[in-house]
Amino acid sequence: MATAAIGRTADLARKPLVEILDNKTVLSILCMLPAAILLLTFLTYPLGLGIWLGFTDTKIGRDGVFVGIDNYLSLFDDSVFLLSVFNTILYTTIATTLKFGLGLYLALLLNNHLPFKALLRAIILLPWIVPTVLSAIAFWWIYDAQFSILSYMLQKMGLIDQYIDFLGKPANARASLIAANVWRGIPFVAICLLAGLQTISPSLYEAAALDGATPWQRFRHVTMPMLMPILSIVLTFSVLFTFTDFQLIYAITRGGPVNSTHLMATLAFQRAIPGGQLGEGAAIATAMIPFLVAATLSSYFGLQRRKWQQGETDD
Amino acid sequence: MTETAIETPRASDSTGMAYLNTLPRRLVTIYLPLSIFMIVLLFPFYWMAITTFKPNDELYSYKEHSPFLIKSPTLANVEKLLFSTNYPEWLFNTMLVAVVATALAVFASVLAAYAIQRLRFKGAQTVGLLIFLAYLVPPSILFIPLATMVYGLGLYDTSWSLILTYPTFLIPFCTWLMMGYFKSIPYELEECALIDGATRLQILWKITLPLAVPGLISAGIFAFTLSWNEFIYALAFISSSEEKTVPVGVLTQLVEGDVYHWGALMAGALFGSLPVAILYSFFVEYYVSSLTGAVKE
Repeated sequence: MATAAIGRTADLARKPLVEILDNKTVLSILCMLPAAILLLTFLTYPLGLGIWLGFTDTKIGRDGVFVGIDNYLSLFDDSVFLLSVFNTILYTTIATTLKFGLGLYLALLLNNHLPFKALLRAIILLPWIVPTVLSAIAFWWIYDAQFSILSYMLQKMGLIDQYIDFLGKPANARASLIAANVWRGIPFVAICLLAGLQTISPSLYEAAALDGATPWQRFRHVTMPMLMPILSIVLTFSVLFTFTDFQLIYAITRGGPVNSTHLMATLAFQRAIPGGQLGEGAAIATAMIPFLVAATLSSYFGLQRRKWQQGETDD
Repeated sequence: MTETAIETPRASDSTGMAYLNTLPRRLVTIYLPLSIFMIVLLFPFYWMAITTFKPNDELYSYKEHSPFLIKSPTLANVEKLLFSTNYPEWLFNTMLVAVVATALAVFASVLAAYAIQRLRFKGAQTVGLLIFLAYLVPPSILFIPLATMVYGLGLYDTSWSLILTYPTFLIPFCTWLMMGYFKSIPYELEECALIDGATRLQILWKITLPLAVPGLISAGIFAFTLSWNEFIYALAFISSSEEKTVPVGVLTQLVEGDVYHWGALMAGALFGSLPVAILYSFFVEYYVSSLTGAVKE
């Protein structure tokens, strides 16, 4: 075995470079090299380093020592951290539900025969394409306490008496953030689900209609089962990105008023970078991992259906 | 895969059962909700644009001026943004980082995807799965250890810190996209070339890549947009104003204490969004296909 390998290497050494490059194993290794180096250095290693940092008391400019689970113990008594966990779960649940409800509705609307459909689809994806922070700044201005255009419109319609303090009260601020996140997330969900809807053959609907199915029954028993595979994947991605959201919160409230809208990601940033407590920040970031794994697995396997529904073999 | 996804006949475009709906009914059940969606989705952009060109006295008095229109448009906010902030430098930095990071990521991804999908080395399937899992690791978890690494490598406050870290979320996405794309190119073409005596690298360069150009464009523009929009790394690794990127610069440098220069802020947001929006308008179909293609895989 070993001699064979050496023999092969010796063989390689005698061949011209072109032929060595044509060797499948050599070429595979060379091709994988750039991606592997970048991903191992800047993704795998920091992932491990982050978990390690969570067990130390590292501060900016000072190497930490191993302190066991002290960071986690102190976080467990930290009301701001516990509130951030609550906020993250609330934010993810409500925003994802709304995004999927409205996104599916929009996808169903777009799946009709419409003029200028390509243009409509292009416009709808715009909120998702534009840098999140920049559209978040627009929302920040829309939610301004004094000059909010939303309050102005509601007041003109006679729905409210005085301007709403969108970002000044914890409950209002959370709702405002969720609204901004839903606004940004709807296009992604709608366009992905639209792609799924377009693969469903119209003859299925015709057959169901001939059998006397009502529109609701056609939706429930034809559309939904056919859409499940793509829905579960989009849901997984959506949950993941909403759970770890940072930009919107940082741009609109920075965790305020009085730390009441922090998500785990923004709290980790605040403690680690401006606060200098790298160890504690890393512990908060690491604490997201179990939630993420659980959320990903449950939304993926919970909704994943058999592949035969897409016309593939069931394996 | 990408191209075919666009061209597949759309179920809804064939007549289907649409003729069963009358026009008034369609107006209420389809066009009305659709226009509400459109207005809500587009309003922030309208508001961004109109605030940019409003003079201050109109901006802060809704009683005398209707907030939805501009009486005397002004370029004062744009001028302030361009000449009294580092905005041009932020634009340049963002462009530089996005272009170099995209080039690096697409190069690495094409090779990796080719190796996984076409060379099919031992364990290729596992590597493909690992790369997909890498896509699921969010930057929010990585930025703290990466910050210590960037500091340790002496890259803190330089564009290099971003150029080297952005590929971590670009490569998994692009590799996955290119794998799907290579899968759609018939094997027979490569076999013909092999029989004619081409080496594997020649096949990649002369047969596979030219056929995969739409996939390359999809991966490239998507990676460019993702790098342009990136925020958390740029916020954590860059501190001096001249080195910042547009999203970070607009958010951190245009607010002075408690004074919000809304006109300039909106101008910054508008002109930071425009390059991506313009690029997007030229390549809509590629965006849609890479978005839905990545999900479908």
